[in-house]
Amino acid sequence: MNFDFSDDQKLLRENVRSFLAKEAPLTLCRQVLETDSSYSASLWQAVAGQGWLGTAIPESYGGAGFGRLELAVIAEELGRVLAPVPFGPTVYLAAEALLVAGTEEQKQQYLPELGRGGLIATLAHSEGPGESGERLPKTSMRSGKLTGEKTPVADGNIADLALVTAKSGREVGLAIVDLRQPGVTRVPLQSLDPSRSVATLRFERVPATWLGGQPCGWNTIHHIFDRAAVLFAFEQLGGAQRAFEITREYTLNRYAFGRPIGSFQALKHRLADWYVELELTRSNCYYGAWALSNEAPELAVAACGARVSATNTFELASKEMIQMHGGMGFTWEHDAHLFYRRARYLAAILGPAPVWRERLIACLEAREAASS
Amino acid sequence: MDFNDTPEEAAFRAEARAWLEANAEPLAPGEQPAGLEGRFDPDMVRKAQEWQRKKADAGWACITWPKEYGGRGATPIQAVIWSQEEARFKTPPNIFAIGQGMLGPTIMVHGTEEQKRRYLPPMLRGDEIWCQLFSEPAAGSDLAGLRTTAVRDGDDWIINGQKIWTTGAQYSKWGMIVTRTDPNAEKHRGITYFIVDMQSPGIEIRPIKQMNGMSSFNEVFFTDVRVPDKNRVGDVNDGWRCALTTLMNERHAIGAGSGGPEFRDLFRLARTMSWNGKPALQDAGVRQRLADFYVRAKGLQYTSYRVQTALSRGQTPGPESSIGKLVGAPLRQNMAAFALELEGAAAMVLDRAAPEDALWQLAYLGSPGLRLAGGTDEILRNIIAERVLGLPPEIRVDKGIPFKDVPTGPRL
Repeated sequence: MNFDFSDDQKLLRENVRSFLAKEAPLTLCRQVLETDSSYSASLWQAVAGQGWLGTAIPESYGGAGFGRLELAVIAEELGRVLAPVPFGPTVYLAAEALLVAGTEEQKQQYLPELGRGGLIATLAHSEGPGESGERLPKTSMRSGKLTGEKTPVADGNIADLALVTAKSGREVGLAIVDLRQPGVTRVPLQSLDPSRSVATLRFERVPATWLGGQPCGWNTIHHIFDRAAVLFAFEQLGGAQRAFEITREYTLNRYAFGRPIGSFQALKHRLADWYVELELTRSNCYYGAWALSNEAPELAVAACGARVSATNTFELASKEMIQMHGGMGFTWEHDAHLFYRRARYLAAILGPAPVWRERLIACLEAREAASS
Repeated sequence: MDFNDTPEEAAFRAEARAWLEANAEPLAPGEQPAGLEGRFDPDMVRKAQEWQRKKADAGWACITWPKEYGGRGATPIQAVIWSQEEARFKTPPNIFAIGQGMLGPTIMVHGTEEQKRRYLPPMLRGDEIWCQLFSEPAAGSDLAGLRTTAVRDGDDWIINGQKIWTTGAQYSKWGMIVTRTDPNAEKHRGITYFIVDMQSPGIEIRPIKQMNGMSSFNEVFFTDVRVPDKNRVGDVNDGWRCALTTLMNERHAIGAGSGGPEFRDLFRLARTMSWNGKPALQDAGVRQRLADFYVRAKGLQYTSYRVQTALSRGQTPGPESSIGKLVGAPLRQNMAAFALELEGAAAMVLDRAAPEDALWQLAYLGSPGLRLAGGTDEILRNIIAERVLGLPPEIRVDKGIPFKDVPTGPRL
């Protein structure tokens, strides 16, 4: 049984953590949140300089040629510091999608740039409030031109490149579109988590190509989402873990009724329960990482488990963080709302937990049907 | 990251499996292992002892124990592998776990050389079965509040009082008992630990009928029971330290309770129960609930993989090893409640007419006990909060005063 990260991966974690402690204190997240900037360009450059963007990109495309386990380690650390950079959409969604479904030409064209930090990328799926499921998108590709509207799009106002779910007749695929062209309109939206940005994208007959050269279909799109779900789950886990550490520390130092508030059983038991949730989530995330790094057939189920677990736990963590800090936790000045906002942003970015629960059961049904 | 054995582990597993295949019947797919019937059955005890002796003769009993007491000095990960393999076969219920898992290790740490030589080998062989006489009616979670007394009389001690929730008292040869030997000392300081012969005059055993109708444990009454001083474990008034060793091993020994229905049984039930003429599994609300159960059950399973990984690397598992019962027991109860929702009105039935032979009804009635035995959910939360998270201990009004002055509720 070898269900843990290796010594090398743990060393990587230490290095990433100490780097981010210097480069990405929570004050950086707050700075992005409180100003007009959509992300921290300096941290983005620093992260790119470390080569983290190309962690799982093979050396033949200019990447570092490591695997998804290393990427998961980095994701968790970025989650811990609420990194105000478009890492997830660029790496977990766009780069991974290109790796698993792109043509050779597309990989050559985009991966080196993505790995270098020369391009910010995102995936645009939503076409308004609610959940569309597998309804055909309104956005369409006709003779290599993309037309439609996607909203909200994570990092839509800063991305250079987008993968856009679109239809061609009755088929669905992902269109790769350069956003720095005429015919693309971006409307920045106010973000629930202003340390991460969101926008509406409109396309008016914008030249685009299909990822993989043709409409890839829902299965591939789901697979791309599954892969990203595992990596986002590590970000969620990191955020939840950090919120826990800050809060535990606070309950030891804050006195009321002549005692540390962490001595009251009501809080002790809730902190214990919170710890339990973190451990269960960590285990579900590890399983997801195993499935992802081994391209295992269990990936879909593992991704759903990691996603549901991590989404619930980050939500719990960010709620408890505010509650246990009392009135101070509800102030703008306190960092608790940074976690609260990020937890919700990440819960929404790939579709909410109920969608993943449904997918999980559908996968279990399919697995059972296949085995009988 | 992988789930594979190391070459050494694989070789050990193959050896264990080969012996089991030659000596036991494999369980059919989906077949449940024999659980404790919850009643005293001499035939079951005899079969369990036969199996234990067979294992001991072949060197497969208490494999982590040192060779001098009959073990093979195996590593913790080998113990995990052995129990994984043994669980795939039809074997009698393990009525030796309390002795071998909790009391034996205590004797190893705190016992005299003579005690180790006298008690450990027959414990390992299953020739002598052991029970644990810890809890009392007024001392459960607050174990150190025990009131059963031991008074010195020459070379003997005289024990009076009552113990409760004693599993296996009827067929045990020996019991490990914690007693109050100095009521003037502070609560934790006046406790002494003894080995008591369960056939001694003055011991009376009465089965307790549980809420699910079974009787897994007993009340044990002590009236002037004599115990020789050579059966004392550890120093006089130092029994709390020994008791902690036992309790530490208990947390490892009592999991969420193996056996009993699992997620796959719940999934099957959702498929077979008819809701509005369709399988319940097609209901969106049912699917949402099922997914949460799955994620929780798997989280627990993968956490045990992390614990095994630490063992496999020769490390002590981290604090994540402490969450099993706190997660597993309520999960079992909640899954049972949900299963009974799926059954509709049939949930009211507790005989063969109920779906799946009343599998979930029985789990529903039995699961509250899992949340109490071997540390209640609340005590486990305190333990995690204090020992894992380093939060302050509970404020105690019984600290620093003689035990006899500790406030008690009204004596009814």
